[in-house]
Amino acid sequence: MSSPDHSDSPSRRSFVKEAAAVVAGGIVALVPAAAGLFAWLDPLRRKQGAAGFVKVGTLDALPADSIPRKFAVLADHVDAWTKSPQVPVGAIYLRRLKDREVVALHSICPHAGCFVDYRDTAKDFFCPCHNSTFAQDGSINDPKSPSPRGMDTMEVELRGNEIWVRFQNFAAGHKEKRPVA
Amino acid sequence: MKQLLDWLDSRTGIKRLTHEALYENIPGGARWRYIWGSALTFCLAVQFITGIFLWMAYSPSAQTAWESVYFIQHEMAGGWFLRGLHHFTAQLMTVLLVLHLMQVIIDGAYKAPREVNYWFGLALLGLTLAISLTGYLLPWDQKGYWASKVATNIAAITPVFGEQIQKLIIGGSDYGHHTLTRFFALHAGVLPGAIILLVVGHIALFRKHGITPKQPLRKPDAAFWPDQVLMDAVASLAVLATVVFLTVKFRGAELAAPADPSEPYSAARPEWYFLFLFQFLKYFPGGTEVWGAIVIPSLAMLVLAAMPLVGKWKLGHRFNVAFLFAVMLGAGLLTWQAKKQDGADKAFHLAVQQAHQDAERVVELAKAPTGIPATGAVNLLRNDPFTRGPRLFARHCSSCHQFDGHDGTGVARVLEHEVQAGDTVASIEAKYGAPAGDLVRLNGADAASPKPGQKLLVTDPGSAPDLKGFGSREWLAGMLDPKLVSSDRYYGWTKFKDGKMAKWVKEKLAKKLPAKQAELEKVIAAVSAESELLSQKAADVRDRAIIGQGRELLRDEFGCTDCHQFRKPDPDANTVDLTGWGSREWLIGVIADPAHERFYGKKNDRMPRFEKDGVLKREEIELIADWLRGEWYRPETASR
Repeated sequence: MSSPDHSDSPSRRSFVKEAAAVVAGGIVALVPAAAGLFAWLDPLRRKQGAAGFVKVGTLDALPADSIPRKFAVLADHVDAWTKSPQVPVGAIYLRRLKDREVVALHSICPHAGCFVDYRDTAKDFFCPCHNSTFAQDGSINDPKSPSPRGMDTMEVELRGNEIWVRFQNFAAGHKEKRPVA
Repeated sequence: MKQLLDWLDSRTGIKRLTHEALYENIPGGARWRYIWGSALTFCLAVQFITGIFLWMAYSPSAQTAWESVYFIQHEMAGGWFLRGLHHFTAQLMTVLLVLHLMQVIIDGAYKAPREVNYWFGLALLGLTLAISLTGYLLPWDQKGYWASKVATNIAAITPVFGEQIQKLIIGGSDYGHHTLTRFFALHAGVLPGAIILLVVGHIALFRKHGITPKQPLRKPDAAFWPDQVLMDAVASLAVLATVVFLTVKFRGAELAAPADPSEPYSAARPEWYFLFLFQFLKYFPGGTEVWGAIVIPSLAMLVLAAMPLVGKWKLGHRFNVAFLFAVMLGAGLLTWQAKKQDGADKAFHLAVQQAHQDAERVVELAKAPTGIPATGAVNLLRNDPFTRGPRLFARHCSSCHQFDGHDGTGVARVLEHEVQAGDTVASIEAKYGAPAGDLVRLNGADAASPKPGQKLLVTDPGSAPDLKGFGSREWLAGMLDPKLVSSDRYYGWTKFKDGKMAKWVKEKLAKKLPAKQAELEKVIAAVSAESELLSQKAADVRDRAIIGQGRELLRDEFGCTDCHQFRKPDPDANTVDLTGWGSREWLIGVIADPAHERFYGKKNDRMPRFEKDGVLKREEIELIADWLRGEWYRPETASR
C-alpha cells in the first residue's frame, strides 16, 4: 500500500489508466464472445424426451423361427426447427423366439456406431466398420471383437397382433448401456 | 513465466511486435478525436465473433433460412441477444464509418501522403455497405426478400450486361436456394475476407504515415499505451453499451414473416441508411432509373475518390468539404422525405401493422405442437385461416359482403355517390347507413353543401349481409328481427329485401312478438346449434333441452319447415336447407355453389359459384369458412 503522499504520483496515475484500459478492453472483448458461447452451448440445455413405445410391425410379418429381421422404426421426429410426423428414425432387428416372445436388438453397433448387418450364411451379426461380430441373440461371440458390449436390446410389448418397442439410441463405446439423453 | 516469454520471444519476436503496437508515437498525445478507427475495428471484431456463432446455427436454403433464424431468435437460449448484437452493431458501424469519413475529409487527412490509405477507406465503406445488403436477405423474411429484390433489380438496369449481372448475383432467373447460398458466401466469406485484407492494409498504411495530428498540438507527444488505448477502450465500451441497449430494447433484430413471392409486402423498405437512395429513385420517371440508381451515385463515389487529387488545388479542400456537406445534407433531406411520406401514408401504416401481425402469428404457429413442416414455415401462414381468411374475404367477398362493417382486413370500403337534386348531407348519409359526419370526413368541407352532379365518397354499406358472427345466435336473432331483416346488415341491398323471408319476418313473425319471444329464442338456439360454432360450444351443451324444444317449435309453431328443409328429407322444401346451417360443411358448400338446390337454387341473387366457376380452390374456400367460423389455431396460454 502506498502512502497518501504518493497517491498523485505519475506512476500511480499511469497504473490506474492501464488497469482501466485493460478492464474496459476486457469487457468489450468478452461480451460478444460470451453471447456467442452462451448460444453455442444451447444443445447442452436440450434433453431428448423419455423414450416411448413405437409400433414397429405385426406378428404376421415375423415368423417364429428366431431369425432376426430388420424393421424400420417410424416416429415423430424433431430436428431443430423441423417437425416431421412418422418418419424413419432408425432400424431394429426383431426375433420371434416363441409364439408370443419377441426380442428387439438395435441395429447400431455399440462399438463406434456403424450399422450392423445380419449374415444369413454365418447366422451372425457383422459390423462392416471394425469387424465386430455378434451371435444371433446379439451377444459378443468372439473375445477379440472390438465392441465393448453386446448389441443393445430394447423392451418389447405385444399388443394383440402388434409389436411395440421402446425405441431409443444408446451411447457407443462404453461397457454398459447408456441411453442418449 | 519470464523464461517462457523469453523462449516465445526468441521464436516469434513477440516483444518487439507488442512494443511497436503499444508504443506508437502520437504527436500531441492522446485525444478523443482519434478514437474512430479503433471503434470501427471493435465493431468489425464484434461482427466476426457474433457472425461466426450465428453461422453455426444458420442454414442457407429457401426452406431453412427463415426457419433456422426463427430457431436462433425464439428457441435457442440467448440466440435473440446474439442476433441483436450482430444486427445493431452493423447499424452502428455504418454510422461510425460515415463519421470517420467526415472527419478524414474535414481534417484533410486524405491528402498526400495518405491518398492510398484514403482509397482503402473508401473501398472499406463500399464493402461494408455490400455486406449489410447481403446480410439483409439472409433471414429470408418478407422484409429482406422484397427489399433485396429491389436492389437486385437495380443491378439489372446496369447498361449492357445488366441481365447477366443480375442472374449471376441471384444464381438464376429468380430468387431461390442459390440466391441464399451466393449471398451467404459473399456475406460470410468473400466480403469479410476482402475487408480483412483492406483493414490490414489500412492499418499498416496508417502506421506508416502516422496519425494526422490536429493542430495546434495541446500536449507533448505520448505513446499509444495507455492513454489512447484507454480512450479507445472507453469508446468501444460506449459502442457496446449502445448496441446492448438497442438489442434489449427491441428484443433483438426484427424477423418478419417468411418470404412469400405470392404475398405482397407493401411495408418493404431498405435499411434506414439506404432510405435516401430509395427516396432518390422516386424522382426518376420510368426509363430514367439508371440515372438515379447507378449513374449519379457512382459519380458521387467518383468525386469522393478524386478528393485527394482535387485537394491539391488552391480551393480544392474547400470544395471537398462543401461537397461532403452537400451530399450529407441531400441524403439527410431525402431520408427525412422518405420518413415523412411513409409517416403520412395510411396504406403503409396498415401494411406495417399487417407485417407485424403476420410475424407474430407465424411464430405462434411455429411454436404450436405441429411445428414447422419440412416444406418450410411459409406454409404455416398460407394454410392459416386467421391469416389468409380475411385476405381472401377482402378480395373475393367484400365487394358485396362486409365483416363487422369492413372488408375483413379492417379496411372500410368507399363508394362514389353522384349527388342528385334534393340530396342533403343527412339524406345521403341515411341512404348509405353511414354515421353522421362521415360524408364530410371522407370528402372534406365542400361535402357540407352537395351540388347535383358532384361525386362524393361514401362508406360502402355492403350490398349483402354482414357476415361477422354468421351462424351465431346473435347473428340469427338480428336476421329474425322485423326491424333489421331488411336493413343494411342483412337483406337491405339484396333482391331478398322484399322477398318471402323478409316479408315473413316483418309480417307473420312480427305479429307473434313479443308474446312468443321466448319461443323464438329457442328456435334461434336450435338453428344456430346446427352451425356447431366453437364459440358457442359451451352454450349449446348447456342449452341442450332448449335446443330440443326449439327444433319442435320451428316446425309447429313457426312453420319454418313450410319452406326450409330441416333435419329430415323434405321434397317440398323450396329454399335454403337449415340442416347443418352455418356448419363448416354447409358454409363451404354455399361458397362453392350457392345456386345448388340445397341453398338458393334458381333464386340465387348475385353470388358467384366460387368453386364451380373456378374462382376459388377448395382449400381457399375452407380457409374463408374456417375464418368466418373463428376456427384457427390458438396457443393455449393466450386467447385472441
